[in-house]
Amino acid sequence: MSDPSLIELVAGLAAGHYSSEELVGDRLQRIERAQPQLNTFTSVMPERALDAARAADQARAKGSRSPLLGLPIAHKDIFCTRDVRTSCGSRMLEAFVPPYDAAVVERLTAAGAVTLAKTNMDEFAMGSSNENSYFGDVKNPWDVTRVPGGSSGGSAAAVAAGLVPAATGTDTGGSIRQPAAFCGISGIKPTYGRVSRWGMVAFASSLDQGGVFARSAADCALMLESMAGFDRRDSTSVDRPVPRYGEALERPLKGLRIGLPRPYFGEGVNDVIRARIDSAVALYRDLGCTIQEVDLPHSELAVAAYYVVALAECSSNLSRFDGVRYGHRCKNPASLEDLYERSRSEGFGDEVVRRILVGTYALSAGYYDAYYLQAQKVRRLIAGDFEQAFEEVDLLLSPTTPTTAFSLGEKSQDPVSMYLSDVFTVAVSLAGLPAMSIPVGLDAGLPIGMQLIAPHFAETRLLNAAHAFQLASDWHLQRPEAFS
Amino acid sequence: MSISREQVINIASLARIAIEKVDIGSYQGAMSDILDFVGHLDAADTTDIEPMAHPLDLVQRLREDVVGEENRRDDFQAIAPETEQGLYLVPRVIE
Repeated sequence: MSDPSLIELVAGLAAGHYSSEELVGDRLQRIERAQPQLNTFTSVMPERALDAARAADQARAKGSRSPLLGLPIAHKDIFCTRDVRTSCGSRMLEAFVPPYDAAVVERLTAAGAVTLAKTNMDEFAMGSSNENSYFGDVKNPWDVTRVPGGSSGGSAAAVAAGLVPAATGTDTGGSIRQPAAFCGISGIKPTYGRVSRWGMVAFASSLDQGGVFARSAADCALMLESMAGFDRRDSTSVDRPVPRYGEALERPLKGLRIGLPRPYFGEGVNDVIRARIDSAVALYRDLGCTIQEVDLPHSELAVAAYYVVALAECSSNLSRFDGVRYGHRCKNPASLEDLYERSRSEGFGDEVVRRILVGTYALSAGYYDAYYLQAQKVRRLIAGDFEQAFEEVDLLLSPTTPTTAFSLGEKSQDPVSMYLSDVFTVAVSLAGLPAMSIPVGLDAGLPIGMQLIAPHFAETRLLNAAHAFQLASDWHLQRPEAFS
Repeated sequence: MSISREQVINIASLARIAIEKVDIGSYQGAMSDILDFVGHLDAADTTDIEPMAHPLDLVQRLREDVVGEENRRDDFQAIAPETEQGLYLVPRVIE
């Protein structure tokens, strides 16, 4: 079996070219071969997956036409899975087996998808390289000496290596878009509130949003249709109908106004990336789009504002891990204080501890106004920049990252330089906008990602524009040689 | 260094995280780097700007005050480090 897209697999299953059991069995074999090289997964569930695949085949025989029936997928290990360990890449949750499924897992399972594995990730989704996992680094399938990006690095690497045709992820400041760019695949972060956060381990609640990785925009559209939608169990879930994203993919782009944010084309962007983005822009012009530059005047404040907000929320969210109700507990605690302090210090890795400490500081008496409140005000300025830009254009286009995938170890000792690799993705998160990254070229054998950004709830437009690019180019079909 | 060793110790205690003495210096360095980096937020003119806590203009939804979830205490306690007769156990707090 070669490497068909999700949509081709839907057709292949429907036509009876193969059964779900055969398909799942094949992908499980690929996983077994690739895992020692890439370390993409924290858990693999072969028996459960094969049972579910056989059940899907039986349901199909009885006439079921669920949209994702029998398709193999993987979930980022941040989504709770009933009776399957959900580690969040942390020692803290090394033995945590949730008694319920996250909303995203429920929905995709109800749509017929078969979960093969849980993907490796930066601990508690904190990182941009997947080097912060308690379960070890994930390697980039294009070059195993390089990072896959993070925090959803395992999901991105798994899709890029053809181990699963689609995988879920979460994006707080770029954790879907940046790994999609580094691994040469398509990834979408929907509008904040579009996909339920229920059962998704919280990092920064005003930013966290679930999304998906796949080979193409069309595949992302298919997945998102089943994932998105209102959920009363998530207090910030938005009650709006979910459009049929797949049906709008082929709309002509003629007349679409695309804006190029000036600050995202400045110094620091590698020349080859710039050239590939320029040719993508030329392609959109050929498709009848108008192109203009736009300003996002407060861009240079985005990374700082993002890290203050995210770290403050992280320190508050992670206070729930106290060694009492679930998660790691230290041995022989001498007192309740000792129980809290040692359980947390043993359970959390270095980057998580750094972030909790900085977040605690930013929220502490005397510093709250200077850091947290000021960051929230800057957040409004940044959101206002986008609102203004979207009065002139329908979509924004930029590089996803200033460089291609960096080497393992290159930035892991320097948190600030790691944070700066998120320079083009965090502003979008602060504003809660939908955005995606799609591959637009290679530099020295490493993928280059292009970011498309849309106004709130305009996922349809985003997917439509990404799909039009993919119809007219073949970068999304490129595969890492070692895994093709 | 934007913050002192004493501040690191105090913050770690507020965050209920035990830090080894030998690690204080490296946390002090990393936290100072991060705080220096975010320090330029000061320069932004935010006069009359409302803080933005959330990306969407949402209002808190209300629901009828009725039981909406089944009681699954046994399931949730099954994954706790230590329980007894339906209670979570911690070291003695009151002598």
